[in-house]
Amino acid sequence: MWARLRPWLDERLPLADLTETLRHKTVPHHRYSIWYYFGGMTLFLFGMQVGTGGLLLLYYRPSASEAYESVQFVVTRVPFGWLIRSIHAWAANLMVASAFAHLFSVLFLHAYRRPRELTWVSGVLLLLLTLAFGFTGYLLPWNDVSFFATRVGTDIAASVPIVGEGLVRFMRGGNDVTGATLTRLFGFHVAILPAIATALVGFHLLLVQRHGISVPPSVERRAADDPAALRAMPFLPHFLLRDLFAWTAVLALMAGLATFYPWELGAKADAFAPAPAGIRPEWYFLWAFETLKHVPPTVAGINGEFLAVAAMAGGATAVLLLPFVAGHTPRGRRLVLWAGVGALAFMTAMTGLALAGAAP
Amino acid sequence: MVSPSGRRSVLNWLLGFWGTGVFGAVVYPVARYLAPPDLPEAATLSASAGSARALLPNSGRVVPFGSRPAIVIRTAAGELRAFSATCTHLDCTVQYRPDLQRIWCACHNGQYDLNGRNVAGPPPRPLEAYDVNVKDDEIAIARRP
Repeated sequence: MWARLRPWLDERLPLADLTETLRHKTVPHHRYSIWYYFGGMTLFLFGMQVGTGGLLLLYYRPSASEAYESVQFVVTRVPFGWLIRSIHAWAANLMVASAFAHLFSVLFLHAYRRPRELTWVSGVLLLLLTLAFGFTGYLLPWNDVSFFATRVGTDIAASVPIVGEGLVRFMRGGNDVTGATLTRLFGFHVAILPAIATALVGFHLLLVQRHGISVPPSVERRAADDPAALRAMPFLPHFLLRDLFAWTAVLALMAGLATFYPWELGAKADAFAPAPAGIRPEWYFLWAFETLKHVPPTVAGINGEFLAVAAMAGGATAVLLLPFVAGHTPRGRRLVLWAGVGALAFMTAMTGLALAGAAP
Repeated sequence: MVSPSGRRSVLNWLLGFWGTGVFGAVVYPVARYLAPPDLPEAATLSASAGSARALLPNSGRVVPFGSRPAIVIRTAAGELRAFSATCTHLDCTVQYRPDLQRIWCACHNGQYDLNGRNVAGPPPRPLEAYDVNVKDDEIAIARRP
């Protein structure tokens, strides 16, 4: 059957080219190779989100009066609904973690160097999109924690001069967080962001394929003395099988987390109830949340919140443009390394403070 | 007789004009569509805030004031006061903390005293104070003129 089908397909599809390319594709094999798996892991988790998200859409109703009840229905009445919803929530968190691990490993291994600048830029945009997915998806169950998190998250934009108020209205679909906000964020979460993300993932993978896998400068130097030191592993089947093994392990981890730590639904949002005590955002926004807590209302006559937001936006821009601003000398690379370590230490310290700080 | 290069530049200009026109004709309505329309709302001047007797000393209650929340508190001394319940920091809804005898925001630990003044944490401004009247056990709160 396959023997008859294969020539028919070959005549119509570039299958031979594809298998030929994959057969020649190799992945460098050295002491840091473990970090090469996080890109594929993030892609796998993105696929999980598309799959579980599509399933949740079959029951979810995006309106303030029905959203909470529809999620409750999914987790209590729909067979395996609890599993699908919990995996969607857990995979979202693991995807953010995996994307951050991918970013920092690419940074520390200096893989953003020429000619991979655009691979880096598209990767940073994908990380920002991942955070946008997290932010827009958070409100969809319409519970009290997500309601206030969205009020805070959108109100932060108000500190931007001139366009701030317009930005807040754009994100909320009005002056307040209401059913209009839910519908709007739902549209972003399930249609607009996935369309952009799919195109960007395609572009990112095309570039990875075009330029091959980067080798860190330290390994490159050693290979200059001893070319035999630069070993490589065939992508097919060696690397792919390792990828598949890691994905299976994460799938098992997610099933375990979903079963033993099901994602809480909480209480339904109420616009006329106080913000619940102990409210805080998802762990990946904790460092920003804690920073905002410590910034005084005004610093040298300037709105403190605006200063904090400007600093974060400046940091994000610097990360986005890193390949163009970083020096490509050993000294420049050391600077990038220490800036990365500093950023990681700041984010870890702030997250730790937020986790330790209980309500007074 | 127009030279070929002259003709080409005219065509390029027309092409650019056409492209800009199509781009603008698509982007302008989409950008306007994305910004939600203004829904004028009658300014809320007063609202009922429930039973006065049920509000015990050193406690508070969040009630609707138009589309926004307001907080009514009875101080430990028994006096009734009302404020906007929207934290001036980042828009969360505040609550009364009997242990602190202050109005408290759970989001970023902002604190206001019993006059609505921002006294601790990140809030930049005091809460707007409302007038409180009690008639037949019914608390009425009103925006100050």
